[in-house]
Amino acid sequence: MNAPAADRDAALFRYLLRLGDTSHVLCHRLGEWCGHGPIMEEDIALTNVALDLIGQARLFYQYAGEVEGKGRSEDELAFLRPERDFNNLLLVEQPNGDYARTMARQFLFDAWNLLLFRGLEQSTDPRIAEIAAKAVKEITYHRRHSAGWVIRMGDGTEESRRRIVAAFEQLMGFTAEFFHMDDIDRQMADAGIGPDLSALRDPWMADVEAVLAEATLGWPTATWSVLGGRHEGRHTEHLGYMLAEMQSMQRQYPGLNW
Amino acid sequence: MAGQDRPELVAAPDETALEAAFQARVDAETRIEPRDWMPEKYRRFMIRQISQHAHSEYVGMLPEGNWITRAPTLRRKAALLAKIQDEAGHAAYLYSAAETLGTTRDQTLEDLHSGKAKYSSIFNYPVLTWADIGTIGWLVDGAAIVNQVALCRTSYGPYARAMVRICKEESFHQRQGFEIMTTLAHGAPEQKEMAQDALNRWWWPALMMFGPHDADSPNSEIAFKWKVKRQSNDELRQRFVDMTIPQADFLGLSVPDPDLTWNETTGHYDFGPIDWDEFWRVVKGDGLCNRDRLDARRSAHEDGAWVREAAMAHAEKKRAAKQNVA
Repeated sequence: MNAPAADRDAALFRYLLRLGDTSHVLCHRLGEWCGHGPIMEEDIALTNVALDLIGQARLFYQYAGEVEGKGRSEDELAFLRPERDFNNLLLVEQPNGDYARTMARQFLFDAWNLLLFRGLEQSTDPRIAEIAAKAVKEITYHRRHSAGWVIRMGDGTEESRRRIVAAFEQLMGFTAEFFHMDDIDRQMADAGIGPDLSALRDPWMADVEAVLAEATLGWPTATWSVLGGRHEGRHTEHLGYMLAEMQSMQRQYPGLNW
Repeated sequence: MAGQDRPELVAAPDETALEAAFQARVDAETRIEPRDWMPEKYRRFMIRQISQHAHSEYVGMLPEGNWITRAPTLRRKAALLAKIQDEAGHAAYLYSAAETLGTTRDQTLEDLHSGKAKYSSIFNYPVLTWADIGTIGWLVDGAAIVNQVALCRTSYGPYARAMVRICKEESFHQRQGFEIMTTLAHGAPEQKEMAQDALNRWWWPALMMFGPHDADSPNSEIAFKWKVKRQSNDELRQRFVDMTIPQADFLGLSVPDPDLTWNETTGHYDFGPIDWDEFWRVVKGDGLCNRDRLDARRSAHEDGAWVREAAMAHAEKKRAAKQNVA
């Protein structure tokens, strides 16, 4: 393999891990709700979203393993990498909190993820385009579900409004990471493999603003913002606990078939 | 005075005649539907049975839910999520089936939370290892299928139809559980040991799922008369044992019963005595997880109250706005 192709594959591998990690980590958080939701129908809805996300994660990990060419399976990639090698978005590792926090996290993510996957649907990489084409339908439903709850909570009771406002204030600063590009992201955008992430900012803001308006809410006032997970594996402290639990079986019993 | 105002009460058909007509329908294998007349005792009996079944599905999500975050592979994690989602779906149809008898989901949930209504006591046992997830699918879902296949022909229409739908999904769960066990039983020594340990802990509780012996089952007689039940607890338990022992043999695992033997004469397995004291102790509160299960259900309900209120308040605002426009 020539040097530019090897370089391109290394970048693609990392890009796929970012996608897989983000879907899997959010799936994991939603799985924590299972059986504890505010109403049975929400247990069903959240599990649906979690199932879609794990399906997407598996496809990205499988492809990443093939691109890397070292024979690593989806499970080796998901369960045997340390925290510093995880490249999920910081937003999705944040704890569930109350249902307002979970729905605010989900909506901010879904609105962005839908734009991202619409971009990936146009990918010059046919494998990514195929994964994205199926996922766009799923994410369209996720966004409708989470936006629906943001609206109900914002324009519901005094308590629900107070909770959803607090949730957005606590989470908005993590969204800077959605649009921040590094060399890998630029390389993927230049090759037509993924969209220009910085170009997603305006349509994302328009969508979020419209939903907040319907929820009778204004844009959050928080001005802080942080980066680190998706590019550098520099996470908040929450991810370490999640991985300790998530990876416990594979760590305790290395190399077994389950 | 009330009698004068409402003369139809005076002319009401004789209760005995109605009951006779009801029993004739049951005997003729005609399903009882929500709008049909039914004895108040039958209605209460069915509400109790269906809501207990619904609660079992709902509470049953918790023990397996504990393992979603620790499932050993992505494929297993996805399958476990899907299984638990099915259980939530089963709970939802069963609560709806109970509602056709004039109760509400809020009322039935309140009975669960207050401890008045029961759920299957099997869920008071702890799920300690990944092999327990396999064993629950294999044995607990396996036992549930034996019970529920029998209920597909139960006399109350909405319940029978819910059972048909649920059985299809349960048999998928049972196969999935057995497949987990097959992988473990053919795996490394520590996996096989994990599988045997899980079978040791779940075998007797699974047999108890069929309920007390027929002689000690006070509701059986009326349940047979109304064709709610068509086979006795002991018959169903025997069917489960006969079905499961060859599966355990295939796995190379043994059930923890020194008295288990094949009986050539009857064509069934004979098995040892069930410890009913343990059964009643666990039902009455001495299981490791009784308090955790109920606390989890109560907290989910209480912590979710503001969410449900927000949804109602929002729907009300929408409705009012629509009326104003109109």
